[in-house]
Amino acid sequence: MSARPPRTITVEALARVEGEGGLSVKIRKGQVTTVALNIFEPPRFFEAFLRGRAFTEAPDLTARICGICPVAYQMSSVHAMESLCGATVGGALRGLRRLLYCGEWIESHALHVALLHAPDFLGYESALHMAKDHPGVVTDALRLKKAGNALVALVGGREIHPVNVKVGGFWRLPPPEALRALVPSLEEARELAQGLLRLVATFPFPEFDRDLPLVALRHPDEYPMNEGQIVSTSGLDIPVSAYENHFFEEHVPRSNALHSTMKGQGHYLVGPLARYSLNFDRLPPPVQDAARAAGLGTTCRNPFKSIVVRAVETLYACDEALRLIARYEPPPSPSVPVAPVAGSGCAATEAPRGLLYHRYRLDGEGLIRQAKIVPPTSQNQKAIEEDLAGFAAAHLDYDTKALTLLCEQVVRNYDPCISCATHVVTVDRDDR
Amino acid sequence: MARGKAAKPKLAVWKFASCDGCQLSILDCEDELLALADAVQIANFPEASRAVAPGPYDLSLVEGSITTPHDAERIHEIRRSSKLLVTIGACATSGGLQALRNFADVETWIPAVYASPDAIQTLRTSTPIANHVRVDFELPGCPVSKEQLLGALAAILQGRRPVLPTHSVCLDCKRRGIVCVAVAAGLPCLGPVTLTGCGALCPSYGRGCFGCFGPVRSPASQALVPVLEAAGLTDPDLVRLYRTFNAAAEPFRKASEAHERPPA
Repeated sequence: MSARPPRTITVEALARVEGEGGLSVKIRKGQVTTVALNIFEPPRFFEAFLRGRAFTEAPDLTARICGICPVAYQMSSVHAMESLCGATVGGALRGLRRLLYCGEWIESHALHVALLHAPDFLGYESALHMAKDHPGVVTDALRLKKAGNALVALVGGREIHPVNVKVGGFWRLPPPEALRALVPSLEEARELAQGLLRLVATFPFPEFDRDLPLVALRHPDEYPMNEGQIVSTSGLDIPVSAYENHFFEEHVPRSNALHSTMKGQGHYLVGPLARYSLNFDRLPPPVQDAARAAGLGTTCRNPFKSIVVRAVETLYACDEALRLIARYEPPPSPSVPVAPVAGSGCAATEAPRGLLYHRYRLDGEGLIRQAKIVPPTSQNQKAIEEDLAGFAAAHLDYDTKALTLLCEQVVRNYDPCISCATHVVTVDRDDR
Repeated sequence: MARGKAAKPKLAVWKFASCDGCQLSILDCEDELLALADAVQIANFPEASRAVAPGPYDLSLVEGSITTPHDAERIHEIRRSSKLLVTIGACATSGGLQALRNFADVETWIPAVYASPDAIQTLRTSTPIANHVRVDFELPGCPVSKEQLLGALAAILQGRRPVLPTHSVCLDCKRRGIVCVAVAAGLPCLGPVTLTGCGALCPSYGRGCFGCFGPVRSPASQALVPVLEAAGLTDPDLVRLYRTFNAAAEPFRKASEAHERPPA
């Protein structure tokens, strides 16, 4: 075969992702020579300005890292503070937190599955273009998303940057009748999620299984959201407090985000594929059946099929929300008291995009002296780049336009949140 | 280029330093999104669409603050290609939470944070869009109110200037019959000095207002201090209270600086 001209696949500004990033894939002499997911989202230095803030402010301040998944930041921060201060939030308050997280999973997954990711498979520039030919798909997805947002708005106060979450619980308990009033919309959402799952199961998926270790939380009896051990397909099974003994971050010059690696393993994946593959047995049988009917096995390692896994998780979150509402008994108080303690504490929860780790060190007055936040997208960044290299190398016969679109799709498979990845930076220095 | 039906107004959405939440508010208008997409040509909205049409644009919505040399240039290009420029949210209208750097020496933050500091391009300050270019209208809030956003879009599409309420959160509590959290529960509350837009959301959830929508036009920030002190707040508490999502808005900046201890 004659030598092909060198070319570079470049996307200056990735569309249908949260935040600002681009990609480039250089191809020379029929070989992929370099790939990069470039993150040019400006840094916002959260971990630096959190120093000196009160421990009670962490949920409101860290929520602003991401407008798409503020609940995840609120949940990881309050659990880290409670762990540090020796407080336990259980019973109905724990259930309400899980309910709030269900709302975020529904709205975030519905947004990504139908409005950001599905247009790749159906061949449209956007969901708005797609709506002209597939109006039902888009209107159903918007109704599904709205049901998730209504849940976040009721339990959290508003959809974006909820105000009702506090260290120790909530400011106000949602009235039981208001929760029950959401049941019809959640029942409809469950139907819509089933429909969405059936639809995305029909999409064509390239064969592209990845053999990276998958990392997620695992809870003794539930599909993981707010707590559990950190487990991996490579045999890791550690408490969250041991996270930093096994995972490291490094700064690469082309990126305003930090990359993560696992000790002895290198790159790894967090997110829906990891959660599903490590926790299939924690899904209720009807959801397992729906996943099987959609063509999934008990594990899934093809990032292109993450859209199917997200649809399964959306269905699960609707089911789980209905279950939590049905058994809700208002607790005696909206929160438990939490007194600050000097020391360090951490927590990890499952954001829609994967494991979100927070660690804080407090002084005796309850002021934050050090903060470390590791979002899912910075953990997945190396895997995304490897996918780009592997997938481009396997499709060099495509013309540049087609290959560019495929490379974009490789990135969108991860639902990357570039706002999260870049706004979070490690501060290893004490200011006192 | 075929213009088809009478040309629809061209809408562009731009992002600077921000969390994406305010532009997500557009996609969160689940009941109105398709009607909006029908009323305008969405010419640039990367979070929602790959399709990009060149300017000029009839209306640009700008999210985020200016924090890098590149962005300080880019906003001028956007202004030049936009008939109307409307900022959405606290970052774009006051500098946002990241304006906390304005009170610190950000140069000391970068090496503390990144292993390769030379690769990080950042300004010492986070500033609102209006500090750089002419802004036709500002929507406050962290995040913006969906209702205010839709109301402003509807007004602009009809050729009217949007109108926003100018009263305080405090007044909303009185209107809604919400028991005062400051008086009854002794909670610190910025409601008397904060612009409405949320409908007194936090007091309705039993907590004090923390200033998401920024200062009202003539806030009595100092007059509020004795009330806040009566709620048990010390000087450092007052600094933190005024220094969140609208920390660099002039009245809140002055209020926080008035209670800052001089560096030792």
